[in-house]
Amino acid sequence: MTDAAFPADITPSPGKQGLWARYLRRPAGVAALAVFLLVVLVGLFAPLIAPHDPNFVDFALTQTPPAPGHLMGGDSAGRDIFSRLLFGARTTLYGAAVACLAGVALGVPAGVAAGYFGGPADRICSWISDAAQSVPGMIVLLIVAAGTGGDFTVLMVTVGAFMAPGYYRMSRSKTLAVRNEPYIDAARVAGLTHTKILYAHVLRAVHAPVIIQSALTAGVAMGMQAGLQFLGIGTASNPNWGQMMNDGFRTMLTHPLILLWPSAALGVTIAALAFMGSTLGDLVSVRTEPVSRRARPAAPPRDEGARSGDLVHAVEDSALRVENLRVTYRTPDGDKQVVRGVCLDVAPGEVLGIVGESGSGKSQTVFSTLDLLPAEGHSTADGVWIAGRPVGDLPRAKRHALLGTRIGYVPQEPMSNLDPCYTIGNQLVEPLRAVHELSKDEAKERARAILVRVGITDPERVLASYPHQISGGMAQRVLIAGAVAGNPSLLVADEPTTALDVTVQAEVLELLRELQQEYGMALVIVTHNFGVVADICDRVAVMKDGKIIETGPVDQIFTQPGDPYTAELIHASQDDTESRAELDAAWNKAGRTVRT
Amino acid sequence: MIKFTLRRLLSGAVLLLVVTSASFFLAHLAIGDPTAGLLGDSATPAQRAALREQLGLDRALLTQFWDWFSHAVQGDFGTSWRNFQPISDQIALRVPVTLSVVVAATLLAAVVGLAVGVATGLRPSGILARGLKLASVVLFALPGFWVSLVLVMVFAIKLQWFPAVGYVPLVHSGTGWLRSITLPSIALALGAIVMIAEQLRNGFLQVNNQDFVRTLRARGLSSRRVTLHVLRNASPAALTVLAVMFVGLLGGAIVVEIVFNLPGIGSLTQSASQIGDIPVLLGLTVVTVVFVVVINFLLDLVLGWVNPKVREQ
Repeated sequence: MTDAAFPADITPSPGKQGLWARYLRRPAGVAALAVFLLVVLVGLFAPLIAPHDPNFVDFALTQTPPAPGHLMGGDSAGRDIFSRLLFGARTTLYGAAVACLAGVALGVPAGVAAGYFGGPADRICSWISDAAQSVPGMIVLLIVAAGTGGDFTVLMVTVGAFMAPGYYRMSRSKTLAVRNEPYIDAARVAGLTHTKILYAHVLRAVHAPVIIQSALTAGVAMGMQAGLQFLGIGTASNPNWGQMMNDGFRTMLTHPLILLWPSAALGVTIAALAFMGSTLGDLVSVRTEPVSRRARPAAPPRDEGARSGDLVHAVEDSALRVENLRVTYRTPDGDKQVVRGVCLDVAPGEVLGIVGESGSGKSQTVFSTLDLLPAEGHSTADGVWIAGRPVGDLPRAKRHALLGTRIGYVPQEPMSNLDPCYTIGNQLVEPLRAVHELSKDEAKERARAILVRVGITDPERVLASYPHQISGGMAQRVLIAGAVAGNPSLLVADEPTTALDVTVQAEVLELLRELQQEYGMALVIVTHNFGVVADICDRVAVMKDGKIIETGPVDQIFTQPGDPYTAELIHASQDDTESRAELDAAWNKAGRTVRT
Repeated sequence: MIKFTLRRLLSGAVLLLVVTSASFFLAHLAIGDPTAGLLGDSATPAQRAALREQLGLDRALLTQFWDWFSHAVQGDFGTSWRNFQPISDQIALRVPVTLSVVVAATLLAAVVGLAVGVATGLRPSGILARGLKLASVVLFALPGFWVSLVLVMVFAIKLQWFPAVGYVPLVHSGTGWLRSITLPSIALALGAIVMIAEQLRNGFLQVNNQDFVRTLRARGLSSRRVTLHVLRNASPAALTVLAVMFVGLLGGAIVVEIVFNLPGIGSLTQSASQIGDIPVLLGLTVVTVVFVVVINFLLDLVLGWVNPKVREQ
């Protein structure tokens, strides 16, 4: 096994352009970098550019205002403030560098080891890191200062030690993330040693965050350093900003300028580092920034392209009717239409299936009829009718008043659709009280009754449980209970069985059918599974690429699909069942030792 | 719940034990012979030896530790090496000052951070959210004493709204007390406010994308009620930051107290460290770590209440 090219090829590259190239396109980042570089240059060349010896005392200069030759005047001891400021940059940078190095040296190796190897090493290091965060650093710093006579380097190493937990947690979590990537397993299987994997993959993942963290740490370390110097600790003969601030502070009432200069220098330097860190952080983490209302996609044009789908009921006879629905999403590559001119309707007591593969726009169709598209989405339609009444042009609040009263919604993934922080009882009772204005006791009674109705045998226990304490199948029953609790005339179910075990799927489907008949609801059910369609639907709309390509009664769709795509879909789901059966058979044959 | 409480109390006690003993040995090893600092450079070796004997420094370090520890667990931190006053009394006199400022800063950070966090969480691209991002970048790194100096210059000296220095005890005058801790509390709280607000804003963005929020809306709940659900789910991270901030505030208070000339534990810590008064430093360490442990314990209780999963761990 050669250990050259292989790692480099599979590691995901952070971006098409180099980080620095992208950084240099951010004005705030460039300005901050320029300021910081200026401070660095000043620090490096202070002996060359400073007009005076920073420690030379000229009593005539004491507390004088700025003048030619002494740009910032003199301090309380008669020294040139400008020269001291320049030399102070040196001290500040040196201290920050020492603190960062100490923080990196203590935190990063421990974090990488804890994240990579896990186990006891992880627990011990994490405990130490947590404990270090509970120790007020300033007191320890003062103890160290007392012991070392205020040795500046030792103090800054101690500051770095208190910064180490930050590095530790960051590198641990980055390493953990990389460690769980398949390519690390691949590298391990391929015979790379731990050292090589750490070097090739983990360091690559950790180094950019370390730089960002260092920018922030350096800023904080400068603040702490100045704080210590302000207290008169670590003031050797080296001029420094903290001690200058103390000098200015004591003469603040009479000579505020003496305080202003070093405060401004410290503030600007720290701010520059903070902006560098935050700009880099933005570039690396590529956080998705929210879309503002103004930045929403433009309303999709109403008449672009043809309508698709059939309307079979009269407006006044329909539970839901949608005409020429279009949904546009804002993506980084521009606006994208995901639903194009969909028309559909469903009558009370009727079950309509919307079928299609993922990405066909079926869920988006459902969300826009509920008016619950995410912020990036925008929908328009020639008309939306609920229970025969037009609602498309209603104000948002009135439209939302239909939710939970006229319309019930059953989501796809049961566990993620319950609020983890509240009990089931709480989540069922709250809408009944807030929306339906039942009393507390009435609402509880109704919640219990509806849970019994959806087939939960011990409603008291479930009402008192939190979502993570019940099974997925039970959670879906709870969600169905929540959807029908408000007696809706229209029930919208988005892939209600997809996330469930095969055995539970049939039960949940049966429950939905029972409830639909009992309440006389119209049911719109989104699915990719023709088994579900055959089980429960009266009519089917087949969607592809945001359009309905075929609508019809279930029998007709199955026996004489009008579109080759429909036939293909039906065929595919049958294939699926066969292969599943074959797998099960193979599993049983192998004595259930083979994990499927 | 009882088990949860007991475990947190136990881990707090362990932390207290570890940190204070570590501080004891660190202080003694770092400072070595404190008599130089106590007596000054002019003291003769004989004088220093006499003082060492008087303070019990000639004993083995472990003996000294046990002596200190067995008294400390009873709340007796010994006497100061400088003025031989009981340390517990001195600290008891100063703790109310520091706590006034730190607790006021924490409350300020919690309340304002919550308000700004929710406001920016609801309008994540509004002007306030942009301002918060800018402020969080800068204020995170700027030290409290730097902010203190700016506040003093503007509000105490230029505008003269608040006293620049000094402390009025609460028992003397309520408004005087409030005026005397206003600027120090704000100086300490600013950084914490933006950190908490930023955490909440990010929490809102994450929670808002979760499925259950859409389902809550689909149940017909009003925006206000949905926001309460989102807030509860988004709050653990902000609460954790608040607790970490409290530790930072205790440290930051030391310098800020000196800027505002408040007679809290800050000036005591500073003077004790300058002369190497180890018992005073240790007493201060114990007291601060106790505060930290108490705050972390309260945080754990609140987190357990907010997030049911935590309770079962």
